Amino acid sequence: MVYARRLDGRKFDEMRQIEAKVGIIKRADGSAMFRFGNTIAYAAVYGPRNLYPKFLQDPSKGILRCHYNMMPFSSAGERVRPGGSRRSKEISMVTKNALLPIVNLEEYPNSVVDVFIELPQTEAGSRCAGICAASMALADAGLIMKDLVAAVSVGRVDDRVVVDLDYSEESYSGIVADIPIAYLPTLDKLTLLQMDGIVPKETLMEALKLGLKACMKINELQKKALKQKYITEGVEDAQ
Amino acid sequence: MTDVQVKDKEIVVPGEILAKGMGYVPGAGTYRNGEDIISERLGVVSIDGRAVKLIPLSGRYLPKRGDTIICKVVDVTLNGWRLETNSAYQAMLGLKEATSEFIARGADLRKYYDIGDFLVCKVSNVTSQMLVDVMMKGPGLKKLKGGRIIEVNSYKVPRIIGKHGSMISMIKEATGCWIIVGQNGLVWLQGEPPAELLAIHTIRMIESESHLGGLTSRIKDFLEKETGKKLEVKLEVKTE
Amino acid sequence: MHNELKSQVLKLLASGLRLDGRKATEYRKPIKVEYGFTKTAEGSAKVTIGDTEVIAGVKLEIMTPYPDTPDQGSIMVGAELLPLSSPEFELGPPGNQAIELARVVDRGIRESKAIDFKALCIEPGVKAWMVVIDLCTINDAGNLFDVCALAALAALKNAKFPKYEDGKIDYRTKTSEELPLQEEPISVTVLKIGNHFIVDPDNEEELVAEARLTVAIMSDGSLCALQKGGEFAIKLEDVNQMIGIASDGSKALREAL
Repeated sequence: MVYARRLDGRKFDEMRQIEAKVGIIKRADGSAMFRFGNTIAYAAVYGPRNLYPKFLQDPSKGILRCHYNMMPFSSAGERVRPGGSRRSKEISMVTKNALLPIVNLEEYPNSVVDVFIELPQTEAGSRCAGICAASMALADAGLIMKDLVAAVSVGRVDDRVVVDLDYSEESYSGIVADIPIAYLPTLDKLTLLQMDGIVPKETLMEALKLGLKACMKINELQKKALKQKYITEGVEDAQ
Repeated sequence: MTDVQVKDKEIVVPGEILAKGMGYVPGAGTYRNGEDIISERLGVVSIDGRAVKLIPLSGRYLPKRGDTIICKVVDVTLNGWRLETNSAYQAMLGLKEATSEFIARGADLRKYYDIGDFLVCKVSNVTSQMLVDVMMKGPGLKKLKGGRIIEVNSYKVPRIIGKHGSMISMIKEATGCWIIVGQNGLVWLQGEPPAELLAIHTIRMIESESHLGGLTSRIKDFLEKETGKKLEVKLEVKTE
Repeated sequence: MHNELKSQVLKLLASGLRLDGRKATEYRKPIKVEYGFTKTAEGSAKVTIGDTEVIAGVKLEIMTPYPDTPDQGSIMVGAELLPLSSPEFELGPPGNQAIELARVVDRGIRESKAIDFKALCIEPGVKAWMVVIDLCTINDAGNLFDVCALAALAALKNAKFPKYEDGKIDYRTKTSEELPLQEEPISVTVLKIGNHFIVDPDNEEELVAEARLTVAIMSDGSLCALQKGGEFAIKLEDVNQMIGIASDGSKALREAL
């Protein structure tokens, strides 16, 4: 089967419109929003903070807790019953593992860093949007971390390799593989890799290479959003 | 080839490469990865000779020995008091360190410091597992009465206090308020209502503009305009 | 526990000021209503008062009418105090605070007959529309009651029916048909601290409040719901005053819609 043109007209290596904002939830220690097209993720970080009950505390390092949740009205179809599902529990777990390698938790023994991700609107790519937002929120919270994390979905639709699959591509009637990845731009390492679908190894590697390029673009936007908070109009910079 | 990739006073994010090559030394907030010195937090670059370090812009307070902090009593035990320090770690104030008064054995400790009281303490010890001890024997260390407490970014405290206390003295003079700034980001103020609000507004201004230059004169101009008073900034006297 | 804070609040109120310099009956700024924030919902709104922010979403489902009202649809209001929005909120199913919030917002909408339930009927005794309103807090800087109620109403105003054909709902296609709204109830919560009454409390004022009264007011000024909260008792005269203050306060919120 030939996938000659993407359903929404994008180029094959083109992401949907991305947007990033930092510091949007004042009560949190750090917060951010990240958007891929119609998928919007909010992330808030609280920590390091007290951890109860005490038996959960680790004297050698802090623990990282991650919770991903879709708001009841966020899905394009029926209402999502509040309370999470097996899917959201799994996503919470892989999100945590995507963030763990970068946060220096040894700096915060006996404490907890909580990451909450909520999606008011989703249309494919939600876990990636969540990771992008969470990474900025952790930095905004002033945590010691080795790198930022960028995440995007790559994949194949019939004979083409694509970046940032939207809902219509995920549910396309041809042969589809959906591969969400998370990548550390400076340390050049992957912290999330999942796939469902059928794909030959060479196609997978080609898709991943495109994914890394997309993650670098996301990282530029994340950097800009983090610094944007500290730019005040009309005031001269130091010196 | 050693090369610095960023300018002094530039704002950087985690993972940004600050310097390449072995000619520079990674200071606080940075780490070495092979040939590169990389930022490990959101902060402002400070290049001091061969050392590249970061001044943090945000983050929860981490208790440090010697810090003067404002704490809240949350529990009274047999041996002293447990305090919240506005951080992930509670502190213990032992009987012996609490006051220069004599505390009799079996005395009701709540008569001295009760749950909900705010105390100005000094951090006397922090273990590697972040067990924190504080003490209250010393000048300026006391229970706070009246006034109100606001929370500021603990990393902005140096700017709020200013060099040799010049900034905070200026605010006190302009508003007539009593102000105690805790290193842990809690600030206690007491004054007449409109003046108190002006002091708080000024502190919030410093918080949001702390990374920009010319802050002291901007704050001075603002306070002079708001109060109609002429203010003096006690600038640093350069010795040697 | 918060004695010093309470004396401070009272001292300021005696000079006609609050912790942030506002007057007793003054709302924080801005009061912003952003309609249609979430495109996946049938109706939605993001409402901000000061720093408190809430997103409300409306989803429409098919229900079997209740036996005693076979020709009517209904509403259901859920509220989640998301841990993302405050260091005080924990993960888990809705606790007392969230449940009270949802039920108070529900009462304001239901008792004012804001929605014509009969117009929600599809087939008497068999099918009707259920209007499900979900409230998600984004930042809790105080006064969630009023922000949630305003967000719920704005989301209802924004809502459009999805395409419904052959017994199946096509959520991806919206019609241009709006909900049968016939009233717009506004909720205002008034707090009592000492002998003072304030509206739009922030977090610290909520900590030291002795009592609160949430009043739902219809467009002609009639009252349709009341909820008293707080651990202290209030006098009849207090109620009279608080309702008066609530009525005045409702104007600012009604204008924001």
